[in-house]
Amino acid sequence: MGFPLLSLITWLPMAGVVILLTIRGDEKTVATNARWTALWTSLIVMAISLVIWVRFDRADAGFQFVESVAWLPQYKIGYKMGVDGISVLFVLLSTVLTPLCILASWESIQTKVREFMISFLILETMMVGMFCALDFVVFYMFFEAVLIPMYLIIGIWGGPRRVYAAVKFFLFTLTGSVLMLLALLAMWVQAGTTDIPTLMHTTFPVGTQKWLFLAFFASFAVKVPMWPMHTWLPDAHVEAPTAGSVILAGVLLKMGAYGFARFSIPMLPDASAYFAPFIFTLSVVAVIYTSLVALAQEDMKKLIAYSSVAHMGVVTIGLFTFNEQGIQGGLFMMLSHGVVSAALFLIVGVIYDRIHTREIARYGGLADRMPCYAFAFMLFAMASVGLPGTAGFVGEFLVIVGAFQVNFWLALLGGAGMILGAAYTLYLYRRVVFGRITRDDLRGILDLSAREWAVFAPLIVLTMWMGIYPSSFTGFWDASVAAMVKQHTAALAETVKLAGVLH
Amino acid sequence: MNWTIALPEIVLAVIGLAILVFGVLRKQDNVLLCTMLTVGGFLAAGLLVLNGTRGGGFNGQFLADSFAAFNKVLILAGASLAVILSLDFNDKQGIGRFEFPVLVLFATVGMMIMVSASNLMTLYLGLELQSLALYVLAAFARDDLRSSEAGLKYFVLGGLASGLLLYGISLVYGFSGTMDFAKLASLLTDPLTASPGLIFGVVFVLVGLAFKVSAVPFHMWTPDVYEGAPTSVTVFLATAPKVAAMALFTRVMCGPFGHLVGAWHALIVILSIASMLLGAFTAIGQSNIKRLMAYSSIGHMGFALAGLSVGTADGVRGVLVYMAIYVAMTAGTFACIIAMRRQGRAVEQISDLAGLATNDPWLAMLLAGFMFSLAGIPLMAGFFAKLYVLLAAIEGGSWTLAVVGVLSSVVGAFYYIRIIKVMYFDPAAGAFDRRAPSLSLVAGVTGLFTVLFFLHPAPVVDAANVAAQALFR
Repeated sequence: MGFPLLSLITWLPMAGVVILLTIRGDEKTVATNARWTALWTSLIVMAISLVIWVRFDRADAGFQFVESVAWLPQYKIGYKMGVDGISVLFVLLSTVLTPLCILASWESIQTKVREFMISFLILETMMVGMFCALDFVVFYMFFEAVLIPMYLIIGIWGGPRRVYAAVKFFLFTLTGSVLMLLALLAMWVQAGTTDIPTLMHTTFPVGTQKWLFLAFFASFAVKVPMWPMHTWLPDAHVEAPTAGSVILAGVLLKMGAYGFARFSIPMLPDASAYFAPFIFTLSVVAVIYTSLVALAQEDMKKLIAYSSVAHMGVVTIGLFTFNEQGIQGGLFMMLSHGVVSAALFLIVGVIYDRIHTREIARYGGLADRMPCYAFAFMLFAMASVGLPGTAGFVGEFLVIVGAFQVNFWLALLGGAGMILGAAYTLYLYRRVVFGRITRDDLRGILDLSAREWAVFAPLIVLTMWMGIYPSSFTGFWDASVAAMVKQHTAALAETVKLAGVLH
Repeated sequence: MNWTIALPEIVLAVIGLAILVFGVLRKQDNVLLCTMLTVGGFLAAGLLVLNGTRGGGFNGQFLADSFAAFNKVLILAGASLAVILSLDFNDKQGIGRFEFPVLVLFATVGMMIMVSASNLMTLYLGLELQSLALYVLAAFARDDLRSSEAGLKYFVLGGLASGLLLYGISLVYGFSGTMDFAKLASLLTDPLTASPGLIFGVVFVLVGLAFKVSAVPFHMWTPDVYEGAPTSVTVFLATAPKVAAMALFTRVMCGPFGHLVGAWHALIVILSIASMLLGAFTAIGQSNIKRLMAYSSIGHMGFALAGLSVGTADGVRGVLVYMAIYVAMTAGTFACIIAMRRQGRAVEQISDLAGLATNDPWLAMLLAGFMFSLAGIPLMAGFFAKLYVLLAAIEGGSWTLAVVGVLSSVVGAFYYIRIIKVMYFDPAAGAFDRRAPSLSLVAGVTGLFTVLFFLHPAPVVDAANVAAQALFR
């Protein structure tokens, strides 16, 4: 076991929390110090996490940077961390988005700044830990513990209906996760271990698999969220402060899809194949229905929230095609959506900070006064639509290619999301940015500040980079996805052979 | 006769008598001193339990095994925390009298005898010693109508439960000819050959014990007594006696009636499910935080009973881990509740907590931690409590229990996070009075235990494992 790099980036934010707790002084000093402490902590975490980017061996399909400490040895639970091609980029996504969020809340959060930063750093620990965990119990703990900081972030610093949104978010997600807990315990009892790599190579009886799959589904489908469990998302997004929305869209939604890719598909191959049409149906409904709903929204954040549901629908289609293009596309889509939707929420945050409303009709003609803003907004809007050359295109394209191999109609209906996506995104862009300025407060509106540039610049670079040279990202998971598809096919063939013997 | 096995109880009882004499002779300023002496006594007893000899004695009346030791340490810890918390509260409520710690001490001796009982007679003696002291404690604020009412209610219903228990014991004795746990276990090997009278006896014993752990439908006294009794008494009622009663319940069900598991399994499952559901749903409507904690404790006892219902060593281990964590969480929560005091008056409405995060961030943070823990959210200790019970339930194939358990904990989470909502999201009400250092101490220690349990759960779990194995040897 080498240097515990993953544990370091997981727990380092906690060191920041301890420092934050010890800050003394009047309210203003505390606020300033809290901001800087949190920013530096998250920047250091990000810098360390870049080491993973450099040192990750892309040819290796297995888990790397593995560390393992006996935690509850008598129950075969270990504190085990490690990343493979599927999880590594999400670790990086979390560590990159956190400092941007802290920077984005620099001025918009004015009350209880210290508590906000504490919540955010705790949130970072939970997110990174969840993507690194290689033990099911450890994974579950991080997965569910995310609720604590997120509940507080929405509830304390949110909008007028924040209490409703926070409680709804909490209870929806908790209901799903406790059912997953039962499935986890059932697997533990049956396999005698909670080690994820071992469980991935454990075969469960087909009947058991179906029940386990449904329990996992309850948890992950709420988190993704899949239609019809998505109703908490628009509420949570609208009420959450900008940074909360960013993390919610950027990382937390990926936790559900990551769960499907990490647990449901490799561990329960037969059940996954059995339930794939069910998942496709829900996903297609999500893509089309929520896109139409997005068209009718009057609130910018709500519109982007619904578009997230639609995009995540494409992700689940991709993951459950069980072929390389589909899964790679799903993963790429998760990553690009993590960057692009996060950026779009930040875009909304910029004008919300100035005018204090998210109502689309309140705006218009921003291109005139905020050219830089209009440029950034356009770039992210195009990426969200899936314009070739931006991050959004690669993922959608690969998913549709993958879906074609399964079913023509699936590809057609899933692809319809792109058209509807173009409709609602461009419509939003037109109403906010173009047209004539009709209101006085918009005349004096200021363009992006240096701090906001610092937030958007990395996201713009990432969006273009992912669109123009996607191999530097897909290269990470090529080997892992190939291994996953191979294992899945082998497992299904095994079951068919068994069934043949029995008949 | 090997009397040293009962040394902790003997020493504690002697210390209690000594404090009583001391308190009577020294008329003034005796409260703090007597309290400190009591805590010292608990500490001494705890050390004696940990280092004491194991084994049975007193003609099979008394058994000091690892199971008893684990629970005694828990009981002593709970009692110590309660006594420390009572210092400030009793003083400010004008009920600061030296008899308080002495009564707690004698109740504790009773509980220690309960968990060491290896004979139905010892069981009853311990239980009554505990109960009589508790009845007096519940009515300790004798000029307060609510406290007197709580004491009377507790006395009447507790007396009824004792009567049922005694009736059950007499039936068991009548139909089997012995009260010794070991002999009962060897006689009752097959539920089919057990006479109906004996099964009746077992059921009555079970009902009596269910009263003591306040499992539904024998829970009626809990909310009223919790609310009416002075908070310093409530914190004691909510911790140590629950541990003792649950330990006794476990020992009786898995020891003498262990082979009859087929006969009592369904009963415990019903008690458990009813308690979890009632605890979860009824607590939603409460506005008094002490009452809410009463319903919460009913729900938690239901969860612990789910572990017991499996009737295996793993199940008992789950129960023991649950109780250990429950004591810490509950004592901490009550430390925060005792700190709720405005202009010298104790307040106990949930709405009084509004804006605590602004007025007293540390207290709010601790209470939020306890609430998340009681709700069973991971990284907090409360999650591990639930984890081991659920693991045992699934190992035993009790899917219904497991599913009801997790879903009721979601419902429970609703009212726990509502308290956090009031503290953090609602606009600030007036600030609380400065909290006493003793409260901060208890809340801090239990808070650290609750939050950092996940770092190294092995010691508690291992000890619980050894204790559970002792029961099934």
